[in-house]
Amino acid sequence: MKCFIGIDLGSTTTKAVIMNEDREVIGRGITNSRSNYDTASRVAKQEAMIDARFTLLRQNLDGNEKLGEKQNEFLDDLERNFRREQFVEQLDDLKATCLRSSQGERFDSVRDKLNEVLDKVFIQLREESLALYAKGATRKSDFFRDIAGGRFLTLSEEISKDVGIKYDFALNVYDKSIIEVENRPPAGNLEGKFLDGLRNLTIESPELGITFDDVQGPVKDALAIDLEETFVVGTGYGRVRLPFPKEHIRSEILCHGLGAHMMYPGTRTVLDIGGQDTKSIQVDPQGVVDNFQMNDRCAAGCGRYLGYIADEMNMGLHELGPIAMKSTKAVKINSTCTVFAGAELRDRLALGEKREDILAGLHRSIILRAMSIIARSGGIRDQFTFTGGVAKNEAAVKALRELVKENYGDVVINIDPDSIYTGALGGSEFARRAVMEA
Amino acid sequence: MSAPLRKPSTDVQKDASMAKQKAMIDGNFDRLGNVKNTGEKVSYTFVPGNLNELIMCFDMVGNYPEINAIQNGLRKKSGGMIMEAEKWGHSEDVCTYVKADVGMMRKGNIGPTGQPIPEPDILMLSYTGCYTFLKWFELLRHDYKCETAMLHVPYTGDGEITDAMVQYVVKQLKEEVIPKYEKISGVKFDIDRLRENLAHSAKAEDDFVWVLESAKNKPSPIDAYFGGIYYIGPIFTAFRGTDLAVDYYKTLRAEIEQRIANGQGPITPEGEMKNEKYRIVTEGPPNYTSMREFWKMFYDEGAVVVASTYTKVGGTYDFGFRHDPSRPLESLAEYCMHCYTNRNLPERTRMLESYINDYEADGLLINSIKSCNSFAAGELMMMREVEKRTGKPAAFVETDLVDPRYFSAANVKNRLESYFQMIDQKRRAGV
Repeated sequence: MKCFIGIDLGSTTTKAVIMNEDREVIGRGITNSRSNYDTASRVAKQEAMIDARFTLLRQNLDGNEKLGEKQNEFLDDLERNFRREQFVEQLDDLKATCLRSSQGERFDSVRDKLNEVLDKVFIQLREESLALYAKGATRKSDFFRDIAGGRFLTLSEEISKDVGIKYDFALNVYDKSIIEVENRPPAGNLEGKFLDGLRNLTIESPELGITFDDVQGPVKDALAIDLEETFVVGTGYGRVRLPFPKEHIRSEILCHGLGAHMMYPGTRTVLDIGGQDTKSIQVDPQGVVDNFQMNDRCAAGCGRYLGYIADEMNMGLHELGPIAMKSTKAVKINSTCTVFAGAELRDRLALGEKREDILAGLHRSIILRAMSIIARSGGIRDQFTFTGGVAKNEAAVKALRELVKENYGDVVINIDPDSIYTGALGGSEFARRAVMEA
Repeated sequence: MSAPLRKPSTDVQKDASMAKQKAMIDGNFDRLGNVKNTGEKVSYTFVPGNLNELIMCFDMVGNYPEINAIQNGLRKKSGGMIMEAEKWGHSEDVCTYVKADVGMMRKGNIGPTGQPIPEPDILMLSYTGCYTFLKWFELLRHDYKCETAMLHVPYTGDGEITDAMVQYVVKQLKEEVIPKYEKISGVKFDIDRLRENLAHSAKAEDDFVWVLESAKNKPSPIDAYFGGIYYIGPIFTAFRGTDLAVDYYKTLRAEIEQRIANGQGPITPEGEMKNEKYRIVTEGPPNYTSMREFWKMFYDEGAVVVASTYTKVGGTYDFGFRHDPSRPLESLAEYCMHCYTNRNLPERTRMLESYINDYEADGLLINSIKSCNSFAAGELMMMREVEKRTGKPAAFVETDLVDPRYFSAANVKNRLESYFQMIDQKRRAGV
């Protein structure tokens, strides 16, 4: 089948969306952008392809008598098992790479002990992967580096101590190897991983009452469908690095405008707050861009601002919003500079202000910056669609709703849970048009 | 694959007129550098509202501080000078022309071509809308302790020039400016000499306007912004009123006539631009420290600037004004008031609107200058109004004049590419 792919290479994450000929989204994939856009785009694309296979499988399983009402549970379990297979595969790659790295001369005096540490760490990590991907388990991130890295460092510190070598050796080997593993093109053999996952699932979840033979037919059928990469459009900051001809590259302004229009056809104003960009885009009723404004010269007030604040407060990025929501009064943060905001934050803490009130003030200050960019682009017209990573942050959304109401009155505000894919969605539609409406 | 940001090649293509222009500009620096031997007196003055024809009547040589800043910017020398000025207490937000000039002075007053810049015998301030000029010469007067003449040119706040306004300027010329120049130079003012100079000006202005308007052709044979900066050089500075300028514009016109006959696009540093895809009108000065990089972002995408307001800051001639030998002082007054910097927002908006229509442009791009409040104020409002009146899309980027720290190439390129694609998208949608 024909697949139209949009890839959005952001400063923090890379997103891919696959659309079919009927303008339906069949797959979405996301990965961290690393410092290597080629790999990031390959991984995001592959993730979207995997997601597309699940969509096809879901379609194949519709009406399957054996599964009946358990279809969703089955598909969730299958995905979980598939992810574990993927995780283990990368873990094996990381182990092999670490062992290769430990061949360096500098490790001559400690090699045996270092390899012993590595062996023990990886045995443990493999065992933990079962619990990590167990039913109902939550993972702090979907990216391999985040999941495996943290545990590797904790385990290797403990085990190095037991074995009697300095922790620095394991750390050095890891630092060198993780970059190599992350930047290696993802391995193929999707079918193998799907079937292994399916086998694990039938063993792990006997309560589903499904045998491997019951469902391997629809799974193999879904895998057998040829997903043809008919046309790929790249957008986002890393787009110039993509190995695409120029006509396959679109500006993220156009892609975000069109993507927002596709999610909410009544959209006339789009605000996108990403890692280092805040964009305000005005679109016409067809999703064609009328005007846009972006932050110039300075990225204060973008997603990275929150990342920096999270680091300053020694918290996870996703924890900021919920804490700020507990605030009863917002502290005024005047500085628009990220680094100065960090200083203001410490100052307010020292003055005894509550953490949640300071955080609420910081969220409001981000949105105030965005309001100024919106004003420059011509203000908010009904309907207003908010996209990008920051749209997932409830405290930012709350501040936005208040300020929109204050400045523009009652306006329909659209926020899609998948809004992080807006640019990639627009890209996939441009890809579809390039072929189907050429 | 879209071209990643890279340094433009060093082999620059030049026309005969460009070589001539460069020789003229360098020639004035030579003349300035040699005043110790020739004994010529030096008059500092600014580009907008300059009285070059009059200054020439007193056998004086003109020094243009903004031109020094621009030439230093193009030669990548302005960054160090700006930092020097900051060391002396000039804040980050001060006009970077001023800081480049003050920094150059503090570093020994060696001009862009390596020749010394002589001290002024007189600072001639024509006030034409930029209030920074006042402060700038105040600073120079403090350091040089020389004679200062101030010509107060009424701002065209109502969008028109009245006879009373002209007479107000003429009176100052007669009673303030001319007597001071006579005193400093020791040369008696000769109005016939002024008439002769003005006749030269008018002749050059005819050809200059013809050159600017050649951009109405498709493809446009010139780039009226990046290329335009070279074209305005002589007429905006020490050469207006000379036969050298008459000759330069004649040569330039002949070259462009040839380009039109051949159906050729503009010359860029990397050769002729083929496949004109976008016709753009610009507002605001260019960025001088990364000019070739900035220009490349246009010609790589097939974008040509067909009209710009910046090429009118030292005189607006394309709406009919010419220096007139039969009304010498009156026409100098009118010239000053016609400068783009002296125009109000509605007039500037009207100019932009007419450029978009008359040059059949695809849209308006504003390059707003970080350190120029006097010029940048109101640009967003103008942009909206032009969009509304013409239905053409506009875009806005921010850089600086000669401060290399305020040119974020990746961001500017990102905005420009988005803008050009937006024009494309609108064309496809038939908007």
